[in-house]
Amino acid sequence: MDYSDYPVNGKYGHFGGSFVPETLVAALSELAEAYARFRGDHDFQQRLSGYLTTFAGRPTPLYYAENISEKLGGARIYLKREDLAHGGAHKINNTLGQALLAKRMGKTRVIAETGAGQHGVATAIACAALGLKSEVYMGTEDMERQKLNVFRMELLNAVVRPVELGSRTLKDAINEALRDWTANVLTTHYLIGSVVGPHPYPMIVRDFQSVIGYEIREQMTRQVGRLPDALVACVGGGSNAIGTFHPFLDEDVAMHGVEAGGEGLATARHGASLCAGSEGVFHGMLTYLLQDADGQVQPTHSISAGLDYPGVGPEHAFLKHENRVIFSAVSDTQALEAFLELSRTEGILPALESAHAVAHAMRLAPTLDTDDVLVVTLSGRGDKDVDVVARYVGADL
Amino acid sequence: MSAIAATFRDLRQKSEGGLIVYVMAGDPTPKHTLKIVDALVAGGADIVELGIPFSDPIADGPTLQRAAGRALEAGTTPRKVFDLARAISRAHEVPVVVMTYYNIVHQMGVEAFCTAAQQSGVNGVIAPDLPVEEASQYREAAMRHGIDTIFLAAPSTSAARLEKLVTASSGFVYLVSANGITGARKILQDKSIASIQRTASLIRGRAPLAVGFGLSLPSHVRQVIDNGASAAIVGSRFVQIVEQNLDDGHTMLRGLRECAHTLKGGTLLS
Repeated sequence: MDYSDYPVNGKYGHFGGSFVPETLVAALSELAEAYARFRGDHDFQQRLSGYLTTFAGRPTPLYYAENISEKLGGARIYLKREDLAHGGAHKINNTLGQALLAKRMGKTRVIAETGAGQHGVATAIACAALGLKSEVYMGTEDMERQKLNVFRMELLNAVVRPVELGSRTLKDAINEALRDWTANVLTTHYLIGSVVGPHPYPMIVRDFQSVIGYEIREQMTRQVGRLPDALVACVGGGSNAIGTFHPFLDEDVAMHGVEAGGEGLATARHGASLCAGSEGVFHGMLTYLLQDADGQVQPTHSISAGLDYPGVGPEHAFLKHENRVIFSAVSDTQALEAFLELSRTEGILPALESAHAVAHAMRLAPTLDTDDVLVVTLSGRGDKDVDVVARYVGADL
Repeated sequence: MSAIAATFRDLRQKSEGGLIVYVMAGDPTPKHTLKIVDALVAGGADIVELGIPFSDPIADGPTLQRAAGRALEAGTTPRKVFDLARAISRAHEVPVVVMTYYNIVHQMGVEAFCTAAQQSGVNGVIAPDLPVEEASQYREAAMRHGIDTIFLAAPSTSAARLEKLVTASSGFVYLVSANGITGARKILQDKSIASIQRTASLIRGRAPLAVGFGLSLPSHVRQVIDNGASAAIVGSRFVQIVEQNLDDGHTMLRGLRECAHTLKGGTLLS
């Protein structure tokens, strides 16, 4: 059986599944049935494709980063420029798909969770474009850290719902969105932002994000004349990574997922659930999880809010288990250094999330042959992170 | 016959409904739990449901989320909850059920969890986020250890799925009164009543039906029992009393006993 054939009955090997209260079971079945119907529906796919092209700016370029490649003296590094998609990140691929799905299902209200605010903004954009009401749950800790994105969402006509409970970050925002959905399943679609949660969410989000990998295939074939030797992407929940990897799973292409190493895997301050976690059940899925000996989910840390999550998509857990994808971690400092390096050498400010992937590519490239091609997915742009970087370099803004 | 089944048989013989009381173990500290349970049993509780706190309780409203936070803050672990369960089962005749999210069970291991439950005198387990499709190993281990497995049904549960839940459940079936999360509500909605009637008629007496989520008043308990349930489950209302009296144990315990007593009044058929 091929890796790309999963999920089978909602499972990726023994990972995934649908560990939810009974109150959500009917809604998840409804969603799975609707998605199965529209997945093969020509009209639905045409409309989505239209929005992705004329509204979101796809396809995004595949750029040969010649300066940094030559400087490193190894593999040729190509950047998949998701930072150039509307909203400044790959998130829009999923929010347009799900918002269109919600509309076809007759839902009038969309709820979402957000950590850094990127998915919240992408949800607000898609809902504004499609004429849907959107409400975004966000931990008050994150709202404080990401004031600009809170205001962006409000400008885009979304209502931001502060979450005061728990650690007041992304995981608590997901908890609260799940609770809202439980109470309002008839009218509401929960537009989850990554390849996490109960089945069918990890599959739906993966399918909508796979446009990244399909474009890479086509662009590589056209620009280089063959498939890449290796792919590199950062992994928080893992949506840009699975979108990059999935169309290549059954090909002879190496894959590297890069997690948030924070202040080091030896400390408790990181977000590397695959590198340093253990199997557990969280947010409706069986996956790798950062938890204590009793099964309590642990607080996480990363310089990049988008990787600051104690779980990970179940398909990544499966691909790790199968040794199909190699996972490693990049520390806060390494990511910041990669941010600075890419900005100076290539004229591109990467999101700090994406800077983790860049940092790993910079380690990897010199070990490879100059004929090898490495594709790094630049999941978002770094404008949102300049104040964090300013603090790091000691600049006064 | 399990202790839970015997309790429901006795209630039926007395022509009364059951009052199942939910207590978050370790809230506000593990030392409080025994006294809280004593007060609720003195007030008339028929079954005690003991919650093991979890960091991310997605089926719970703010009241129980805060209770879990206090319990974790006070150092409540699953092992400590089993110690409390043992003390409760020694002190009282009423059956003890533990309720927790599945990751707690998964992390301890299904076998170890059921062993600990049996050794602590626990009679049943409720894992609200463990769907029946994922539960075969858990059911098998629980059965071997003489532990009832209580599954949840919801208003949105189809008739076909309810059959699976009834088959997988022992002790009783737990019907969630409305689509939503836990938390005391002022009124029991008409659609909740309709869903109790529907579920009771589909179960046709094959298992006792207990209804929970949102119940806070004796009139709710009465309505639930009058419409075909064998028991009412009340949780957040008690936790509110705990929360309002964190600094005054005496008032807390008296309030809990009186509240349980008036709620129990709702189960006595007129």
